[in-house]
Amino acid sequence: MRTLDSNSAAILKPPAAGYVRYGFGGEGMPPDLHDAAVSAALWVFIGVATSLFLLFLAAYGMRMDAGDWSPLAMPWQLWLSSGLLLLASVLLQLAATAAGTLHLRRARSLLAAAGVCGFAFLGVQLWGWQALLAIHVTASGNPAASFFYLLTAMHGLHVAGGLVGWGMAAHGAWRQDASRLARRIRLCARYWHFLLALWVLLFAALGWLTPELVRMVCGTR
Amino acid sequence: MAYTEHNAEHAQHDHGPQGFFRKYVWSQDHKVIAVQYASVAILAGLVGVGLSNLMRLQLGFPGKFAFIDAPHYYQFMTMHGMIMVIYLLTALFLGGFGNYLIPLMVGARDMVFPYLNMLSFWVYLLSVIVLMASFFVPGGPTGAGWTLYPPQAILPGTPGYEWGIILMLVSLLIFIVAATMGGLNYVTTVLQARTRGMTLLRMPLTVWGIFVATILALLAFPALFVSGIMMLLDRTLGTSFFMPALVSMGQVSGYKGGSPLLFQHLFWFFGHPEVYIVALPAFGIVSDLISVHARKSIFGYRTMVWAILAIGVLSVVVWAHHMFVSGMNPYFGFFFATTTLIIAVPTAIKVYNWVLTLWNGDIHLSVPMLFALAFISTFLIGGLTGLFLGNVSVDIPLSNTYFVVAHFHMVMGVAPLLVVFGGIYHWYPKVSGRMLNEALGKIHFWATFLGTYAIFFPMHYLGILGMPRRYYAFDGYKFIPDSAHALNAFISVVALTVATAQLVFIFNLVWSVFRGKRAAANPWRAASLEWQTPETPPAHGNWGEQLPVVYRGAYTYSVPGAKEDFIAQNVPPVAGDAESLVAKETYA
Amino acid sequence: MAMAVALVLMVVASLLFHFLSPWWATPLASNWRQMDDTLTITLVVTAVFFVAINLFIVYTLLRFRHREGRRAAYQPDNKKLEHWLIVATSIAIMGLLAPGLFVYAAYVTVPANAVDVEVVGQQWQWRFRYPGAGGKLGRSSVDLISAANPFGIDPRDPAGQDNILVNNNELHLQINQPVRMLLRSQDVLHDFYVPPFRARMNMVPGMVTSFWFTPNKLGRYEVLCAQLCGVGHSGMRGYVVVEDAAGFQKWLKAQPTFAQAMAPPAPVAAAAAAPAAGAATGAALVAQGKALSESKACVACHTVDGSPRVGPTWKGLFGKTETMENGSTATVDETYLKDFIRNPQARVVKGFAPMMPKIEMSDAELEALVAYIKSYGTPAATQQAQQQTAPSR
Repeated sequence: MRTLDSNSAAILKPPAAGYVRYGFGGEGMPPDLHDAAVSAALWVFIGVATSLFLLFLAAYGMRMDAGDWSPLAMPWQLWLSSGLLLLASVLLQLAATAAGTLHLRRARSLLAAAGVCGFAFLGVQLWGWQALLAIHVTASGNPAASFFYLLTAMHGLHVAGGLVGWGMAAHGAWRQDASRLARRIRLCARYWHFLLALWVLLFAALGWLTPELVRMVCGTR
Repeated sequence: MAYTEHNAEHAQHDHGPQGFFRKYVWSQDHKVIAVQYASVAILAGLVGVGLSNLMRLQLGFPGKFAFIDAPHYYQFMTMHGMIMVIYLLTALFLGGFGNYLIPLMVGARDMVFPYLNMLSFWVYLLSVIVLMASFFVPGGPTGAGWTLYPPQAILPGTPGYEWGIILMLVSLLIFIVAATMGGLNYVTTVLQARTRGMTLLRMPLTVWGIFVATILALLAFPALFVSGIMMLLDRTLGTSFFMPALVSMGQVSGYKGGSPLLFQHLFWFFGHPEVYIVALPAFGIVSDLISVHARKSIFGYRTMVWAILAIGVLSVVVWAHHMFVSGMNPYFGFFFATTTLIIAVPTAIKVYNWVLTLWNGDIHLSVPMLFALAFISTFLIGGLTGLFLGNVSVDIPLSNTYFVVAHFHMVMGVAPLLVVFGGIYHWYPKVSGRMLNEALGKIHFWATFLGTYAIFFPMHYLGILGMPRRYYAFDGYKFIPDSAHALNAFISVVALTVATAQLVFIFNLVWSVFRGKRAAANPWRAASLEWQTPETPPAHGNWGEQLPVVYRGAYTYSVPGAKEDFIAQNVPPVAGDAESLVAKETYA
Repeated sequence: MAMAVALVLMVVASLLFHFLSPWWATPLASNWRQMDDTLTITLVVTAVFFVAINLFIVYTLLRFRHREGRRAAYQPDNKKLEHWLIVATSIAIMGLLAPGLFVYAAYVTVPANAVDVEVVGQQWQWRFRYPGAGGKLGRSSVDLISAANPFGIDPRDPAGQDNILVNNNELHLQINQPVRMLLRSQDVLHDFYVPPFRARMNMVPGMVTSFWFTPNKLGRYEVLCAQLCGVGHSGMRGYVVVEDAAGFQKWLKAQPTFAQAMAPPAPVAAAAAAPAAGAATGAALVAQGKALSESKACVACHTVDGSPRVGPTWKGLFGKTETMENGSTATVDETYLKDFIRNPQARVVKGFAPMMPKIEMSDAELEALVAYIKSYGTPAATQQAQQQTAPSR
C-alpha cells in the first residue's frame, strides 16, 4: 500500500503502473487479465477447500476421542491410487513446461495422459471402497470407517471437479494458441498439486492418526 | 494511451439482438443477477415474516389457534430462523447488494466471471426451492430449531425427522455451493478488476464490508458443510458422528460413540462468522449512507477499514460463546469470554465513528438517513446486550432465555434490516431511474423503527425473568406473573402491525418502478463511483466507451473552498483547486 | 426533528421501563449473588453508553441538521480522539470482563463439601438419584435402561446398590448444603434450569455434565428444561423442594434404593396391594392419577382443558369414539387407555404424530392414571363405566 505525502501535486498524479487494472467483465476482458483473475480465483478456491478439509480433519480428531474408534487398515489399492495421483501431477507439470516452451504436441499428449491418470485414480479409489465393503467395513460402526468413506468421497468429488477443469483445458487444446494452452495447463497443474498434497494429508490421517497423537498435539489430558 | 484504446475496442463489443430470456432471465449482467437475488431473498423474507407472525399468535394468545399446535410451532420457528439468517440476509447482502454495487463501486464493467455469477443465482434459487419443498413432504419441515442440534434433530420427538431435516440439510449444502461460486466472484473482482486509480483504500466502505464478509463466508461456510453432511449421513446411513448411544421413545437406537458437542463446535465455528457475514456489509453500507446524507466524509476511514478487518479476524475465535452452558470443557469459557469482549472494542470504534461523522455535518433527514440513524440506535442496544451474553458468568442464567432472542433479533434482525431498507431507498434511483415515494417511505420507517423497538426492548426483561426460549406455551409456571403474558400479547400485536407495515414498502417498491418520480443520475449528490455512470439505470457494461479513472477516495464531501459540497471520485483534479489545498490526503 | 424527539423519547421510555416494569430476575435462592451483581455492573455500564451515545446523536441532529447555506466541516479523522476512545473503551471492557471471570472461576471450582445429586433427563421427564451411605453413584449405562431399571444402573456395581432413586419429577435438597448436580440424559439435549438458582447446565447424552450451587432459601421451585428437546420441551416440568435438614432426611429415607427397586415384590405385599388398590377408589385414586400425570410428564403433551397439544386432549376423551390413522375406529374405554399407555406405538390416532414415548409404570399406577383420565370423560360414559367397573383387576 502506498501512502501519498501531503504534497498537493501527488493527488494530481495518476497512480503508477502497478495500479493499472482493467475493469472488464468476462466477455470483453483482455485474455491475459482474465486469466490472471482465474488464477487468483483458483487460489481463493484452494483456500476454501483447504478450510473444508482442515475442518473435516479437526472433526476426525475430535471424534476419535470416544472409545469406539479403532484403527482401520488402509486397503492396498490406496497406494496404487496415490501413485496415480502423483503421476497425474508430474505429467501435468511436464505438460505445463512443454506448453511453455512451445512443444505443443508433447504438451497435448502429456495433458491427455494426466487426464487418464485422474480418471484411473477415481476408479482405483472405488476399488478400494469395494475391498473394504467386501470385508464388511461399512460406513456405520467404527468412526474410522465412517470418516474413511466420507473423506475419500469428498476428496474424490474435488478430483472430479478437477477433471472438469482438465476437460476444459483439453477441449480447446488442439485449437488454442500456445500461451492460452500453457496458462490453462498451468492452472490445472496447480490445482492437481493441491489435490495431491491434500490426499497425502488425508491418507496419512486416515491411516496413521491415533487418539494418542491427537491428545499430544492438542495437549488434552 | 495504449490501454484506453484497448478499452474502447472492447467496449464496442456487440451482443447482437438479445431476447427477453437472455436479457432478464439467463442474464450474465451483474445488475440483473443482483435484482434476481434480491427478489428471491425478499420473497423468502416475506415467508419468514409470515412464519414469525404465526409464532407470535401462539405466544401472545396461547391455545387460541388450533392449527398452531406444538409440532407446527416448532416447524414455523425453525423455518423462520433459517430463512431469515441464510436465505434472506446472507443472500441479500452478498448476492443482492454485493452483486449490484461491487462492480459499479470499483469501476468494473461486470463481475470477473459473469457465467459463474449467473450459475450462482440459479443454484441459490434451487436451494430455496428445496427448502420450501420441505413444507410439502410427509411429516413437514424440520422443527429442530435453526441450529439443528443433534441428537433431537434426527430423532422422533422432533417434527420433520423423517424428511424435513433431510431436505433442510440438502438445501443448505446447495446454498453453500451457490455462496462459494458467488464469493469467488466478489473477492476476485475486488482484487483484480478495480479500475485505474481505484486503490483498495479508495474503495467505499460498502465494498470493504461486503469484501471481508465474503472472505469470512468462503472460510466459514465449509464448517456448516462439514456438520451438515455428517448429520445427513447420521440420518441416512446410520453413522454416529454426532449420535451417542441413546434410548429414544423407549427404543434403543443403533447409534454409539458420537458427540453432540462436536456438532455444536462445528456449527458455531460457522455460526458466529455468519452473524458478521450479515453485519459487516451492513456496517459498510451504513457508513456510506451517513456520509452521503450528512455531506461529510466518514470519520476515520482508515480506522473503519482496520475495524472491519479486525472484526473479521476476531470473529473466527469467539464461537464458543454460544456454548457456555453446553457442557463443553468449562475452562474454554475463560478464553471465549475474553475474545468476545475484545471484539467489542473495534465494534465500539465503528459506532463512535458513525456518530462522529454526524458531528459538524450537514444532516439531511432523508429516508435513507432516517434508517441509518435508526440502525445506530438499535445496533447500539443489540451490541450492548451482547456484552451481557459474552461475559460468561452473566450468560449462565440468561442463556436460552428470551434475553438471547431479544439480543440477536436486535443486532441481527432489526439493525441490519434497517440498513437493507436504507440501502434500497438510497440506491433505488440508480437501479431503476426513479425515486421511491418519500411519504410512503417515512410511514414505513416510523412503523418499522418504533415497532421493532417496542417488540424487542421489553423482551430482554422477559429473559432476565427467566422465561426460556423455544417454548410452545408457558401455562402453569407459577414464577411467571400474568403481566408477562400480557406483555407477550402486546408484543404479538405490535409484531403483526410491523409485519403489515412492510406491505407499504413492497407496494412502494413495485409502484415506483412504474410511477415513481424520475430520478436524476445522482440525486443524493454522492461522491462514490457507482453514481457517476453515464446512464441511469446503468447500461450493460456500466461505463460506456471509457472506463472511469479514479483520483481520490469515496468520501470527498464539503471540501472547504470547493464550489460543490462533493467531488466525485472520477472527476479529474485541477491544479491549484480547493482540494489540492486540503492538507494530509491520507488515501493511498 | 421528529427523529431527535423519537430518540429522546426512546431513551426516556427505556429508562422508565427499566425502573417501573415488574419483570426482573426471580428472587435469588442460591449462593450465586455474584452473578446478579455482575449483571448489575454490566447493566450500569451499558446504560451509560446507551444514554450517552443516543443523546449525542440527538444533539448532532439538532445542532447540525441541514439548513439553507449550511455546510459540513471537513474532518476526515482525528487520530488523537480515536486513540483515546480506543483506550477508554478497552478500559471499560476490561472493567466488565474482570468481575465476570472472577465469578466464573468460582463457578468452575466445586467446593470440597459438595454432595452429589444426579439428574437424569429423558423426553420429557426428570428423575433423580442420590448416592447412598456409600457416598458414590453406581455406574450407569444407556443400554441397561429397561422397564424395571429406568435409571440404567449397573446391578453388578456394588456402589449402585445403595443409591437412592427418585423416579418422579420432584427433587428435594437440603438448605445451605452445597450440591454438585451431575447431569445425564438418555436421549437428547436437555438443560436443568431453575431460574432462582441461577446456575444451570445442559444435559448431553453420552456425557455427564455438572454445575454446583448452594440453595439458601426454603421453598418449592419450578424446574424448566432450557434446551430444545422436541415437541414436549415446554411441558417437561419438575420441582425442587429446598427444606431444612430434618425434613430433607425424612424425605430421603422414604425413597427406595436401587437394591429395593430391583428386588422382586414380596407375595405378601402383592396380596395386600390388591385390596389397598381397591380401597383407593374415587377421589383418592383420581388424585393419585393427577399426580402421576405430572410426574410421568403426560402433561407435556396432553391437556385437560380441550386445547390441542402434541397428543389428544383428555377432556372428553373417555367414552369418545377415536379414529385411527388407518381409518379404523375404537371406543376409548379403560382397555383402550391401558393398551395405549403400555404400547403407545401400536397405533396412531388420526391427526397426531406417532411420538408417544413408552412410560414405565406399575399396574397400580396405571389404574390411577386411567381413573384420572376417565374423570374428564363425557358424563354419560363416565357414569356407565363406573357402573361396570369392578373394584380392582
